[in-house]
Amino acid sequence: MTRIAHKTTVQEASQQPAGAPFWRVMVALTAKDLRAELRGRELINAMLLFSVLAVLIFSFALELDRQARATSITGVWWVTVVFAGMLGLNRSLASEKDRGNLDALLLAPVARGALFFGKMFSNLIFMWIVAALLTLLITVLFNETLFLPWLAAVMLLGTVGFATVGTLLSSMTVHARARETLLPILLLPVSLPIILSAVRASTAILSGAPQEDWIAWPQMLLVADIVLLALAYILFDFVVEE
Amino acid sequence: MAHRVSTPRSAILTGLTVIAILMFVVATLMALFYAPTDPQGMVQRIFYMHLGAFMGGSLAFLIAAIASILYLVKRNFKWDMMALAAIEVGLVLTGFTIVSGAIWARPIWNTWWTWDPRLTSAAVMWLAYAAYLMLRNGFEDPDRRARFAAVYGILAFSSVLFTTFITRVRPDTIHPVVVGPSPQNAQGSFEVNSSAMRLTLIFNILTYIVAAITLIWYRYRLERFTRQVQALKMQVLSR
Repeated sequence: MTRIAHKTTVQEASQQPAGAPFWRVMVALTAKDLRAELRGRELINAMLLFSVLAVLIFSFALELDRQARATSITGVWWVTVVFAGMLGLNRSLASEKDRGNLDALLLAPVARGALFFGKMFSNLIFMWIVAALLTLLITVLFNETLFLPWLAAVMLLGTVGFATVGTLLSSMTVHARARETLLPILLLPVSLPIILSAVRASTAILSGAPQEDWIAWPQMLLVADIVLLALAYILFDFVVEE
Repeated sequence: MAHRVSTPRSAILTGLTVIAILMFVVATLMALFYAPTDPQGMVQRIFYMHLGAFMGGSLAFLIAAIASILYLVKRNFKWDMMALAAIEVGLVLTGFTIVSGAIWARPIWNTWWTWDPRLTSAAVMWLAYAAYLMLRNGFEDPDRRARFAAVYGILAFSSVLFTTFITRVRPDTIHPVVVGPSPQNAQGSFEVNSSAMRLTLIFNILTYIVAAITLIWYRYRLERFTRQVQALKMQVLSR
């Protein structure tokens, strides 16, 4: 068995190169993704259409009548955002790889962490667009007003955690043989603490429970986000080192 | 490239195997006959194995997480093999924990399974590590497979810690806690109050820890030999 000496490349990769500053690389990459999406619109349309279909199927499957809505509408809201987000995650790195852009990005003399955050932010923005339109859709279709400041805060915290893990994992699964099937299997168990806390928080907020009953959930989400962001930042260097 | 062909089992491993088998027999006999019968009846005896297997499985996952970190730092394939071995053993042991818990829960809770926070976190743990094995199947390049598997091993462990943390701090679980204060809603609680019960519990936990280490060692050896055979095969084919 040969020992593979990759240590030098890891160290080189983790050092901040003297090129562009961190945040500018990040913003440039996010802007690039948004511009490409604005011109091509291959991702956001699919995500939005999927969300509408998912809400439709949920409303038939769960028979969302007046009483069922109050307890399960936040679940529908979250599951749809998560699944639509997964569609986006699958495409966002696959399109980089299939068009040969991933190698170019990795060759660029910029910090790898900036590439990660750039990708993560564009995924996050797509999820927010879907979430915003979904909120409107549910408010109109089910007459449940989801436009509450705390719900927005929970959606923000939850999607940040999900997009962090999702971007890290999709940068691995993009190299796999069956990448579209592998991503959900890897992503769902690992992001479950986030989804669980977010759904519990949202249900409690929507039911109008007093703040001390549910404030622990957003706090846990915040802790999870910080831990996952730090972990993903460290691990991303190992994922893209070739 | 010189190949070390299959080495005979070391004396330590042979000794460990004998000890593990003996301990397993004694621990099972203790759980079944030595420990006094609880007011819950015979079904409570499953608890000794349930907690023992959980401890063994948790240790295996901890070993896997450490081995994953070491692989990323050292880039030695032995840590990759160690992580794989530990996760497979951990999956078997935690799988047994879940199944034995369900068997106990059926007469006590009147259901095999309930979406209790503790049960949910155990199920998520199992699924995360099952996904780890799926991930390994997805990549052919050995270097990339080992690297991605190590990254996922670390991520899965932290997520499992977090799920456990979330679900354990919440008071609404019905799962009893035998060591330490039981949650207020716990159903089917029982007390380990006699010294015979305590001894049985400690001995069972020790047994499953030794068994886990022995099994990981065997699985590691098997993986090492498999890779040697593959390397030899490639050598012969390339001639």
